Amino acid sequence: MAETQFRYIAKKRRAKEHRRFVAGSGRFVADVALPGMLHVALVASPYPFARIRGIDAKVALALPGVSAVVTGADLAAATEAMMSGLDAPKLKRYPLAHGMARYVGEWVAAVVAESRALAEDAAELVEVDYEPLEPVVDPEAAIRPDAPVVHPEHGSNVLFRHKWTWGPVAADFAAADDRLSLRARWHRSSTVPIETFGVVADWNPASQLLDVWASVQMPKYPDQLARALRLPGNAVRVHFDVDVGGSYGVKRGLKHSILVGYLARRLGAPVRLVEDRLENMRGGDAQGPDRIFDIEAAFTKDGIVRSLKIRALDDCGAHAGRAPLQLGKPVGAICGPYRVNSVEYEAISVTTNKTPQEAVRGFGQSPTNFALETTIDRIAQRLGMDRIALRRANLIRAEEFPYTIPSGSTYDSGDYHAVLEKALTGADYAALVKRRDAARAAGKLAGIGIACCLEPSGGNSAFEPLFNPKNETTTWMEGCSIKVDLYGAVVVTMNTSSSGQGHETLASTVAGEILERDPETIRVVRADSLGALPSNSPVGSRMAIMLGGAAAGAAKKLKAAIIAIGAHKLGATPEEVDYAEGVVRLRGDPARQVSWEGIAEIAHRKFHELPPGMEPGLQAQHVLEVPTGGALPTADGRVQMYPCYAFETHVVYAEIDRITGQVALGPYLVGHDCGVMINPDIVHGMTYGGVAHGIGAALYERFRYDETGQFLSGTFMDYLLPSAHEVPDIKVVDHCTPSPLTAFGQKGSGEAGYLGAPAAISCAVNDALVPLGLAVAEVPMTPALLSDLIARAKKTG
Amino acid sequence: MSEHEISLIVNGRPRRGRVPARQTLVDFLRDELRLTGTHTGCEHGVCGACSVLLDGRAIRSCLMFAVQADGAQITTVEGLAPEPGGLSVLQDCFWETHALQCGFCTPGMLIAAHALLLKESAPSDEDIREAIGGNLCRCTGYKQIIDAVKLAAQRMSGLNRPEPSRG
Repeated sequence: MAETQFRYIAKKRRAKEHRRFVAGSGRFVADVALPGMLHVALVASPYPFARIRGIDAKVALALPGVSAVVTGADLAAATEAMMSGLDAPKLKRYPLAHGMARYVGEWVAAVVAESRALAEDAAELVEVDYEPLEPVVDPEAAIRPDAPVVHPEHGSNVLFRHKWTWGPVAADFAAADDRLSLRARWHRSSTVPIETFGVVADWNPASQLLDVWASVQMPKYPDQLARALRLPGNAVRVHFDVDVGGSYGVKRGLKHSILVGYLARRLGAPVRLVEDRLENMRGGDAQGPDRIFDIEAAFTKDGIVRSLKIRALDDCGAHAGRAPLQLGKPVGAICGPYRVNSVEYEAISVTTNKTPQEAVRGFGQSPTNFALETTIDRIAQRLGMDRIALRRANLIRAEEFPYTIPSGSTYDSGDYHAVLEKALTGADYAALVKRRDAARAAGKLAGIGIACCLEPSGGNSAFEPLFNPKNETTTWMEGCSIKVDLYGAVVVTMNTSSSGQGHETLASTVAGEILERDPETIRVVRADSLGALPSNSPVGSRMAIMLGGAAAGAAKKLKAAIIAIGAHKLGATPEEVDYAEGVVRLRGDPARQVSWEGIAEIAHRKFHELPPGMEPGLQAQHVLEVPTGGALPTADGRVQMYPCYAFETHVVYAEIDRITGQVALGPYLVGHDCGVMINPDIVHGMTYGGVAHGIGAALYERFRYDETGQFLSGTFMDYLLPSAHEVPDIKVVDHCTPSPLTAFGQKGSGEAGYLGAPAAISCAVNDALVPLGLAVAEVPMTPALLSDLIARAKKTG
Repeated sequence: MSEHEISLIVNGRPRRGRVPARQTLVDFLRDELRLTGTHTGCEHGVCGACSVLLDGRAIRSCLMFAVQADGAQITTVEGLAPEPGGLSVLQDCFWETHALQCGFCTPGMLIAAHALLLKESAPSDEDIREAIGGNLCRCTGYKQIIDAVKLAAQRMSGLNRPEPSRG
């Protein structure tokens, strides 16, 4: 599908939503202020593991302006435990710690007062009597039989452990010319949006309705909130017209919302909780994957990778959260973009006394990509082969698509070799090599990183049944509706909030494309959760595919109705007319036509001119299933979760300062193929931002705990986000292999950049360390880590 | 808690308030004046989302008490446009180059870039990186922000004109 065939898609177009943001008139959750609103502050556990013997709130409650102090016992009595996603019914999780505090920062009590400042004052007056317990901090220690158990009623720290074998792994290993093994470590980081999570709830006793405004990006959020609050779903109305200040996966805040919903009902007043930064990083339950990979690879002497054994041990923190399932998404791209005959994958999820995880951009795919690319580089090193030649030899070839990998997922389309060549050309790889070699000759530590990575997108959430057979989720649908009013104005309704992905631009561009109407004239609104069609929020790089597809589906139905009305007015059949830019003309006699406005007026006023059987008004809706449908995993765990696979090749040049260990990056180039880009500026922007996020994960960002479980990274001075000084000028070279499965050939791109940057930067740093005989398979490669390594190498070398 | 009368000029308008001594300037602007375009991201002076102009300089309104702003001239993002409902050249260039995604850090970025353009009409990439180096953005990787500031500098010097297309 050539991009030139489109009228509005794939063209430069200003983002519809951005005018309000540059004017400073976005409406974020902290901007929602209701009369009589009360504010929440939290009492957090100072211990990683402790029994709560008692909570004394008398002094706090005596402070004027304080309305309530609530504890875990209140919440456990009045709400349902949150669902873990696993078949582990004894794992109970409530918004406030109940009986036991399981990590530093876990909320033990909530204080409600007339202002946030007053609530914070009162929180300091709440006295909690703790009996400290021995914590478990290290994930490998946590699976030993003598380890302290974070959830004694569950009986062990192991939440999930399963080994899948896809294809003849043992035979491939036995027949291989060579084998190697390695350990790769992805330390705990997250997406850390600049806006923290916030929620406002207001209970109306007369209508028995809970109104909720939240900075949320969470599938099934209204359903889960209602369930936890023991309310019918139609008694909770989530307002999706709240602008969300970044999320990239983590803005779920279900525990915050249950707490605030409970308080609003109990106190009969609107209640607001907006995390401060420490609450966000420590007790917001939004940290990310924390993973140890042990990998074995079997390959031929020519560098053909035949088989992989991957063991991934993930430290999920004190509650399951989304952590175990983040081991599931990578099943859909378990061998990356490479032809690998067989794969064994063991996924282990363990609890420790740390902050729980939330879904992080890529849902576990970026750590997996880092581990895979590290393996590829080690094989090249072992064989003395060029890293790029090894990749070329193993990449799936363009003519092999659709291509099914051993774990049962079929990759839709791609031309990986073309993207790799474009990236090398765009980066002027030969010149980079010269530059690196000259820098090395001058005594510098210089390296080039290459990474080839996949972005699975638009999935049906079938990792849920893969990890919990009692959960038969196989659809992750998205809805959209479009109406044309009496005078011809178009309104597109979407059914979820957005956190920077430009969905109003996406939906209006797609509707405009199909209806041949200028997207600038189309308004996009968001239904609240009671008015909404079934939809699943912007997770898993799905909205171009799913909202784009749903908007296209609705627009096509609407267009068919318009053509039917116009044809009927002209005394013709729909097959005898043409549609262009909203006007219906009789084929062969185009002077006979019905205008857009004329059709809208017939639909809204003139039932007598409507085709028989047609409903009045001019509207259509469409709920789209994932393009590859939904089927349960097979007994051996083969599954198609994601329909579309975008591909990216990163080429990055790096120099390491020998003294400080600081890594200077750039030039940085990404060759990217996500099919047809509905809005190129939006795709490029997410790619640049994804690289920046990946630079953080590769070099700076780490939630640190000491050996006793104390949390050490609760501020932006301890947890370092890349600034404009650390992020180099990034160039993107586009390639377009349309997906055969989607409305316009589009694929997902919301995780672009992030899925390859840590792998590429790690590769560059390792290349730079080759002259010292050093290798690092651990991110983040912080300045401290690198400078210590280099100093030690000097001493021993 | 002692309270203090303050008077200051905000976006060209004289404003008065009675503020607790511990109230930060950003809380006063957001909660008392309802100028919610200024955002709080960290409240410890690192992220820059709360940046406002104080007597023409970009400052962090989370690190200053409202009472310290007594007598000052403050400009927030709501005061950047030349007329109500309009956009400054810089704001329009942010829109045009897609220099934002979620929009949360954007007001602070605009303030930082506006302060730069007040003193430097033709900033280099390095000047721009330095000027926005204390403002964290998690969405963009900064590239399209740098493009926007360069475009605005050129446009303010009459070197180019806005493209007509609108979203």
